[in-house]
Amino acid sequence: MRRRPIGLWAAALAGYAFLYVPLLIVIVYSFNDSRLNAEWVGFTFGWYDKLFHNQDMLLAAGNSLLIGLTASAVATLLGTMAGLAMYRYRPRLLSILVLAPIAIPEILMGVSLLIFFVLLNLTLGLVSVALAHIAFCIGFVAIVVRSRLAGMDESLTEAARDCGASPLNAFRYVTLPLIMPGVIAGALMAFTLSIDDFVITFFTAGAGTVTLPLQIYSMIKIAVTPEVNAVSTLLMLLTLALIIVASKLSPSLLGTDEENA
Amino acid sequence: MQARARLGRWLVSGPPVLYLLVFFAAPALIMVLASFRTPGDFGGLAPLVEDGRLDLNLDSYARFFTESVYAQIFVKSVWYALLTTLFCLLLAYPLAALIARSAKKHRDLLLLLVILPFWSNFLIRIYAWMIILGPNAALAKTVNGALGWLGHEPVPLLFSSFAVLVCLVYVHLPFMVLPLYANLEKHDRALLDAAQDLGAGAWQRFWRITFPLSLPGVYAGAALVFIPALGIFAIPDILGGPEDSLIGNVIKQQFLETRDWPFGSVLSIVLTVAALVLAGTAAWIGRGSLGTPSSAEVARA
Amino acid sequence: MALLEIQNVTRRFGEFTAVDGVSIDIQAGEFFTLLGPSGCGKTTLLRMIAGFDLPDGGRIVLNGMDLAERPPEERPVRTVFQSYALFPHMTVEGNIAFPLQMAKTPGTAIPGKVQEALEDVRLTGFGKRYPHELSGGQKQRVAIGRALVTHPTVLLLDEPLAALDAKLREEMQIELINLQKEVGITFVYVTHDQTEALALSHRIAVMNKGRVEQIDEPSRLYSFPASRFVADFIGTCNLLEGAIASSSDGIVAVEVAGLGTVRVAAALPAAPPAGTIALRPEKIRVQAAAAASAAADRPDNHFLGTVTEYLYLGDVTVYIVTTPAGRKLETLLANSGAGRTKFFEVGDAVEVSWPVDAGHFIGQPDRSVSST
Repeated sequence: MRRRPIGLWAAALAGYAFLYVPLLIVIVYSFNDSRLNAEWVGFTFGWYDKLFHNQDMLLAAGNSLLIGLTASAVATLLGTMAGLAMYRYRPRLLSILVLAPIAIPEILMGVSLLIFFVLLNLTLGLVSVALAHIAFCIGFVAIVVRSRLAGMDESLTEAARDCGASPLNAFRYVTLPLIMPGVIAGALMAFTLSIDDFVITFFTAGAGTVTLPLQIYSMIKIAVTPEVNAVSTLLMLLTLALIIVASKLSPSLLGTDEENA
Repeated sequence: MQARARLGRWLVSGPPVLYLLVFFAAPALIMVLASFRTPGDFGGLAPLVEDGRLDLNLDSYARFFTESVYAQIFVKSVWYALLTTLFCLLLAYPLAALIARSAKKHRDLLLLLVILPFWSNFLIRIYAWMIILGPNAALAKTVNGALGWLGHEPVPLLFSSFAVLVCLVYVHLPFMVLPLYANLEKHDRALLDAAQDLGAGAWQRFWRITFPLSLPGVYAGAALVFIPALGIFAIPDILGGPEDSLIGNVIKQQFLETRDWPFGSVLSIVLTVAALVLAGTAAWIGRGSLGTPSSAEVARA
Repeated sequence: MALLEIQNVTRRFGEFTAVDGVSIDIQAGEFFTLLGPSGCGKTTLLRMIAGFDLPDGGRIVLNGMDLAERPPEERPVRTVFQSYALFPHMTVEGNIAFPLQMAKTPGTAIPGKVQEALEDVRLTGFGKRYPHELSGGQKQRVAIGRALVTHPTVLLLDEPLAALDAKLREEMQIELINLQKEVGITFVYVTHDQTEALALSHRIAVMNKGRVEQIDEPSRLYSFPASRFVADFIGTCNLLEGAIASSSDGIVAVEVAGLGTVRVAAALPAAPPAGTIALRPEKIRVQAAAAASAAADRPDNHFLGTVTEYLYLGDVTVYIVTTPAGRKLETLLANSGAGRTKFFEVGDAVEVSWPVDAGHFIGQPDRSVSST
């Protein structure tokens, strides 16, 4: 390639450092034998041990998992349908409805759903959170599926119809197998978004229900211990694994496909 | 045959549309309605129909426009969002440029590295800065040591507007990198060669050619950063001092503590309008300028 | 009754009319080609036969049955796509078996039929391979095999050989002709390559801007083009245009600018004011000027000129002869002389000549006297 401008390299490297050093500090201090996240004292797994005996934490993790699985399953189904519709028919209403939750600040969805659930006399809890998560995950899945469809050869669906397949069969035997990696990537992404969500969950969970992010939040506000570091590290590793798998299945995840203005 | 096709279309787009109408559009409309209602005696909303009459008023709106503190907070939020966008742009540009110039086989990895932090939990990223800026941590000690040496009072890094800003930038940086990269990647290298051939130095080439061509990507990234940043509440909540409340914090407070839901709705609507206006402007600019396909795609989405 | 009747079919896309009132009758067992430049509507017409598009006006009738109400999967019509459209996630066998599965053929019968199809396209043994492991020509054959396995009434081919290199294309053309004879199914073939159309077809419909210019056998299209477009599109042609000087006893005389009076054999009921004579290069005799005037069998049309350019093509040479008045004529001579010398050099004085039945008269600027 051409001459490498050192200035650009240095600035970019600084950018990467800026992105990663804070996270690395969290991870490193999770092994620190000290209550304070200040100086390195010694290596220990103690905080992880405390974590696994923390009933509140385990409950919160269980809730997050439950909500995550439910929300991602439903969001993947609805999101795949939406992605298909957006690719084939380019409908105005659907596109706006699907993409708006991603474009606006999360707090707006949180408070409007709070009012909505209360007016419906729906007790705030696991169900309300799951319903909320599905609403904002649909968009992400739809975008991934749509871009996967766009990369597919259009004539394959026509060939299937030509060979005698009804539109449903053409989708089932030809289109779906070919977009499956995208669908799975979308599902993994929805799961991750659900597990990680804080703002919307904060407003729709009500008093009695705790998810992992909410638990982390109260720990940060009330009593900070390196247990927070430990759970953060585990959560990061889980997310990392899921997203790497998802990006292998659908390289478009890395592009601008998931964002919009 | 036409009828069958139309039925298929409704079957496929129907369920998602229905779900989102119920769980996204309806709540939004209800919130608009709520902004015209009266707060309930114990918080929340008073009944819609009182003594057979519809209880709707503009009280909450009047309060927003008369009590200036709220408008001030809103302006502060806009200011913080602007600063965040600017700093994100300054940091993201070199990153995006580097990735755009790299060999194709490295690009996927480099992009993945930029995106990964985004996928870590939002709170973790905020928490990380709590550690870094904490009074006992290395950074604070160094800075305050230096200040002390110069004869200044120690400055708390944490629970300050500095902390809020740093974290705002940190959290939103990937959103600026991606659109910029998408734009820069499509630039024709030959243009820069031609400029150099005609005598332009490195800065000139950047400022007169690269930067103008990258504007659609800049606008897209700015929209992706500015709009979410406007509504943030968790960062000031955790890292900020009492002076750093943003509009998001006030909204949270109104809904969960003060429980004046009509007023909270008014604030939310102001925020929504601002966000929509900005999103619309960004899309219009992005579509209008002779941009790269990526900007048109972003605008269309 | 014809097997496939295209009755006055029209298709519009907004302001643009892709297919304009086209009527074609295709007989059973024919190798029928739709030929024309890109944008002439041939692919749109093909897609309407397949069912991927519906006509705005007119009907398409197969075996007496109007196809309008039937979606693609219910038509006894199969398509070979230009990009082959093989399902990448299925093996060759999987691809070929797919139409049989869709037609609910009993599972036990499928493997046998698949093997038969593979033999028909000479790909026995390739069953377990995936499309990405095949060459272009092999993919081509799988696509044809898949299309034929359920014995459709009509096979549609959309420029299937366009992506192949010249040598392979020639081989595949011969295979297609043989296949069609063996299988006996009606082929409707779309191409922009006129040499290909001439080689493969029983009959050709030449299309231009959504309309059919002429439908005829290849040799008749070549020798008796109905319009200037057809004359020009098929092979190369000298188009000699001018006012009619006289028309009697089966001979029409046309005053061609830069040339003179050209006589052509044509029986016209009434003499139009002007017309064009289509004259193929290979029909023109070229001789050294001096020798020509003394010849005993000198044809009626003879003119003097100079060789101004030539194009050596190996087996033949094209000589451009220009008359003193500036008119250029394209002529073609086979390089059959002894040794490797050309017949003429640039600057040679020559006489070009042809008999009255060598040319073909096209009456109006775009219509002909006789057409099928």
